[in-house]
Amino acid sequence: MDLSYTAQEQEFRAEVRGFLAANLDPKLADKVRLGKHLTKADFEGWHASLNSRGWLAGNWPKQHGGAGWTPVERHIFEEETTLAYAPRIVPFGLAMLGPVLQAFGSPEQCAHYLPRILSGQDWWCQGYSEPGAGSDLAAVKTAAVRNGDHYVVNGQKTWTTLGQHANWIFCLVRTNTEVKAQEGISFLLIDMETPGVTVRPIVLLDGGAEVNEVFLDNVRVPVGNLVGDQDKGWTYAKYLLTHERTNIAGVGFSNAALANVKRIASAEVAGGRPLIENPHFAARLAQVEIDLMAMATTNSRTLAKAAAGQAPGAQSSMLKVKGTLIRQEITDLTRRAVGPYATPFLPESLDEGYNGEPVGPDYATAASEQYFNNRKLSIFGGSNEVQRTIISKTILEL
Amino acid sequence: MDFNLTEERQMLQDTLRRFLADAANKDSNTLWTELAELGVIGALFTEDYGGFGGAGFDLSVVFEEIGRAGVATPLLETGILAGGLIAALGNDDQTALLESIVDGTQQLAFAHGEPLTRYDLNHVATTATQTGDGYILNGHKCVVMNGGRADTLIISARTAGDVASNDGISLFLVDASSVERRSYQTMSGADAAEVYLNNVTVAKTALLGAEGASFYEIETQVARATAALCAEAVGAMESAKDLTIEYMQTRQQFGRPIGKFQALQHRMADLLIEVEQARSATINVCGHLDADRPLRERHVSAAKNLIGRVGRQVAEETIQLHGGIGMTQEYNLAGFTKRMMMIDHQWGDTDYHLERFIALSRAVG
Repeated sequence: MDLSYTAQEQEFRAEVRGFLAANLDPKLADKVRLGKHLTKADFEGWHASLNSRGWLAGNWPKQHGGAGWTPVERHIFEEETTLAYAPRIVPFGLAMLGPVLQAFGSPEQCAHYLPRILSGQDWWCQGYSEPGAGSDLAAVKTAAVRNGDHYVVNGQKTWTTLGQHANWIFCLVRTNTEVKAQEGISFLLIDMETPGVTVRPIVLLDGGAEVNEVFLDNVRVPVGNLVGDQDKGWTYAKYLLTHERTNIAGVGFSNAALANVKRIASAEVAGGRPLIENPHFAARLAQVEIDLMAMATTNSRTLAKAAAGQAPGAQSSMLKVKGTLIRQEITDLTRRAVGPYATPFLPESLDEGYNGEPVGPDYATAASEQYFNNRKLSIFGGSNEVQRTIISKTILEL
Repeated sequence: MDFNLTEERQMLQDTLRRFLADAANKDSNTLWTELAELGVIGALFTEDYGGFGGAGFDLSVVFEEIGRAGVATPLLETGILAGGLIAALGNDDQTALLESIVDGTQQLAFAHGEPLTRYDLNHVATTATQTGDGYILNGHKCVVMNGGRADTLIISARTAGDVASNDGISLFLVDASSVERRSYQTMSGADAAEVYLNNVTVAKTALLGAEGASFYEIETQVARATAALCAEAVGAMESAKDLTIEYMQTRQQFGRPIGKFQALQHRMADLLIEVEQARSATINVCGHLDADRPLRERHVSAAKNLIGRVGRQVAEETIQLHGGIGMTQEYNLAGFTKRMMMIDHQWGDTDYHLERFIALSRAVG
């Protein structure tokens, strides 16, 4: 047993800190900390500065332009960037599609798409869920019918995060209805400029519109946009989900959110003294911090296994459940901490270019919005119920 | 023991439920006028003040239906808080205002909380300084529910005592247009405002009740408001629960309705148990609104604590059991989950009332 990082890893951490100090605009970090809505340019700018350092694709091997980091290095990077309130890296091209193309795409597809992901030329979104296929993802109905050199695609995708910024979407489509559901799915890349693609925003409880519906109406997609083999998409989809689930524990996000709620509770006054000194609130805070400390080590244990070459498997399901419950608990503490100022609803004040004064302290504006927004954590990426089923089947063998 | 509603209250419940079934499409002014015509505002007042109710279970019948329908109204602010304070403390000129409250022509708000108040009712930093023929008010009242739409405000201000003393708190009836307000929408679709008092002069006749002696009446009316909020939360819980059961019966995944999965059935069963707890806690507080202060206030804090806990559980579980659709603004569940959570931030949250319950229990011995 040795809980410490190696000298090399500590050196890497210092390097990340140095980079953040020099390159992360404090104004941008403030926006992230205060829960403001980031613009497309905010994300693109941050991606560009990471890319110029060669750090945008930490999980890609060097041959494809990635940083080729170990799982531990990736974790350190994640921890430091979230604690500094850097924008998150938009995962769809970098963390999801990239690894799938590298594993199953043709050399031509890799040569074409991967550099465009790094340069920001393409913004990808994920076409997985459908109105009738949520937890039961294999039930996707969107049909792709071969017609000469094209597939003609008809159907609807939903919960497409940041689809409003995207110019490409990777989709799970049904190419065979004669076989078992999982065996008739293909993985298709669709240019969103193609006629027949319509994106419609979905407004969520927090008033924001970060997710969308994507309608596909007789969309003609060149057969060259198929990844791997026809009808083998389920294998690629599952591979992608294992990548989606790396860093699923969100240790960095929780650390940053916990530090933030401590700052808020120090500023808030309850019964004539700082809220953080209120025994009841302090107990709630301590409880979640204790859970987080243990979960961070569960996460590290999984990382160490991954570093030794063992696939994480169902352990990432445990981390997903515990990690999201902890993150959600912290958002609940935050809305509690701001007291009556959790009540005002001014989503426009979270938008770029809002010049008005906040109602109440600036840290209170997004407290309720974040609380509601983060309900998504236990729903998306395989709901926590789906994760528990995976745990029951794979680990418990029940 | 009899937990049935009286015939009159049963009628009120039936009428109100039918009326509110299609209230979602009405604008707030029309809704308010029609609620007044239906006698709903009158149900919050005793006969002495132009009403036909005013008891704890009148409030709970009305507010459970408001919660069930998920409509935002100023009933709490106008009818219970401001109306209750005027009925209890007003002189003849002031109680004359009640007629225009009951008939729906006047809306009021109670401007009490301040940035450092959090939930302590006696924390009043706003000052009222006596002049020759009146008072000058200075301070900042925050998150004043219905503060933007109110015609008249009841403003609390300190005429004596330390910032957190029960003694020295006075109330003033002030024309809302004479003060600086910044109004905004709340998370659950109601109106609220920040009220800034910069040397606002009011006449002596604006004083409501005896100078410096209003704390205990404020507490009494906030007790009634808290009971009403608990009932509203129960109504919202019922609707959220019904929507979720319906969804579980119809939503198909893995070839069957999701309600057929035992893991989800048990969670819904737990919710049902907790909602019944919430209903009982609300009955407890409504049944003790006329009790002596220590007993009454213990029930106030017990109910609000329990409602806060169950409200969160119902909000979070009904969203989760719905999945993505439960997170959308367009789907009906949205109004109920937001309302349940926002009720926790009105007149004391779960933690505040837990501590208060402990303190009150010590005092009772």
